[in-house]
Amino acid sequence: MKLKSKYDVVIIGSGPAGVAASIAAKKEGAEDILIIERDIEPGGILLQCIHNGFGLELLKEDLPGPMYAQRFIEEAVSLGVNLLVDTMVLDITPGKKISAISRWEGFLELEARSIVLAMGCRERTRPQIRLPGYRPAGVFTAGTAQRFVNVEGYMPGKRFVVLGSGDIGMIMARRLTWEGAKVERVLEILPFLSGLTRNYVQCLMDYDIPLQFSHTVSRILGKNRVEAVESVQVDEKWQPIPGSEEIIPCDTLLLSVGLIPENELSRKAGVILDPITGGPIVDEGMQTNVSGIFAAGNTVHVYDLVDWVTEAGFIAGKQAGKYAIVDKKKTTRMIKVKSGDNIRYVIPHQLDKEALTENEVRLQMRVVKPVEEKVWVEVVDGSNLLTRKLHRYVRPGEMVTIDIPKNSYDALLKTDSLTVKVSKH
Amino acid sequence: MVEEKMKMVCITCPVGCSLEVNHDGKVVITVEGQQCKKGIAYAKVELTDPRRMVTTTVKVRDGLHPLVPVGISATIPKHLIIKVLEELRKIEIQAPVVMGQVIMEDVFGTGVKVIASRSMPAKEAILTQ
Repeated sequence: MKLKSKYDVVIIGSGPAGVAASIAAKKEGAEDILIIERDIEPGGILLQCIHNGFGLELLKEDLPGPMYAQRFIEEAVSLGVNLLVDTMVLDITPGKKISAISRWEGFLELEARSIVLAMGCRERTRPQIRLPGYRPAGVFTAGTAQRFVNVEGYMPGKRFVVLGSGDIGMIMARRLTWEGAKVERVLEILPFLSGLTRNYVQCLMDYDIPLQFSHTVSRILGKNRVEAVESVQVDEKWQPIPGSEEIIPCDTLLLSVGLIPENELSRKAGVILDPITGGPIVDEGMQTNVSGIFAAGNTVHVYDLVDWVTEAGFIAGKQAGKYAIVDKKKTTRMIKVKSGDNIRYVIPHQLDKEALTENEVRLQMRVVKPVEEKVWVEVVDGSNLLTRKLHRYVRPGEMVTIDIPKNSYDALLKTDSLTVKVSKH
Repeated sequence: MVEEKMKMVCITCPVGCSLEVNHDGKVVITVEGQQCKKGIAYAKVELTDPRRMVTTTVKVRDGLHPLVPVGISATIPKHLIIKVLEELRKIEIQAPVVMGQVIMEDVFGTGVKVIASRSMPAKEAILTQ
């Protein structure tokens, strides 16, 4: 795949939102579409979600995560969407210039007419919930444990406590039990279940894993490795109830305490975020405050069903595609005016083909070096001379003007750029 | 016939309807609380022969990753879950693996297949773009 310097639509992330956006942008008529993915293969978080439950609404099928992802990846590839993997986007400017570091391309810089932010979300970590204790090995977020068990082939421990009754925590409780581990307890700080009831049934109830509401972990015990956690009951204000402490021996603590939309790149691009969602402020077309930058999926807010993420991706992709098409039409209708030999600058920098018949085209410029003899100031389109003016001398301190005659307008309409230069008489 | 009441949560889709099932120990008499007919089907099966979906991973030799996720083509009886997992733990398949590839033909006579949930290319695939 030969990389271009400018794409119609660049999409950050090949999870369900990004891939859906690429499909919609293509169907809208945008031509050059590139998805940039930091992992070595496309799919995003779905690659580690090996359980069923994906596609029930959108596809009327009950698929495991990787299969759901592949369905849309195949469609995107068959439509001609380009995919660059093992590439991390480092920066996006409000002018939609993208810098990235790639295993395959080294450091690269490219431009996009429109961008779709689809970076997904990250998990809340131990420091963010300020869990007291030393820093023993054996504290993982549930998603990290999921990656280890389902993709990399490692068991994070043998005896687990799970903090948080969100879906990730419950799904992992079952997964670890299936792999021979003992899940001692699931603790939930709220007085009700965080995740789906079906997961309580098929992940906890089926395996007699005890779940305690209004409980949390007050501290972690163990210096080199987790040895136990201390659980405590809390009141409605999440304050620990003294005397309710219980030491639960274990060697691993899994944290399933919330997901945070990923928006480091959004901030760099000048995108304004909503402090409540943690994601960009968007309109009904998923456009952010920055013209031509769209966002979709968990980057915007955390979804519970992937089917709706795909739908959001379709919306953002369609609008991003539309935006790119309008932008392309605008740039192809502009003629660039370039500075040639001994010309320091020319105003205007560009001519709008659609306005040509209305306005006179008067070019104003200054030369680099004075020439105290007769010279031609020429306006050319490639090798084709459009007009020229004889000057007795040219000096940087004296502005030079040249008008493009109306009888050249037909030639102008066919070209992309003009060059103004000084030549010998 | 002694009529009993049982509460259960349907797990067929993410809604998780709370069901109230009237039964005689073997046969379902009435089901209440379902939002679609899948709930009735679920209650009937859950009463006498509870079944579940199972998804796990199987070892891969020379693949991009050391494991490939697998799933089953239909639900199997709950009591067979541990046995299936034990059997699958004994297998190691050679990459490349194709999505949909059959890993185990028949789970202990149920007629249910174990199939790969994704393709797993051979490790050399990573060296070319």
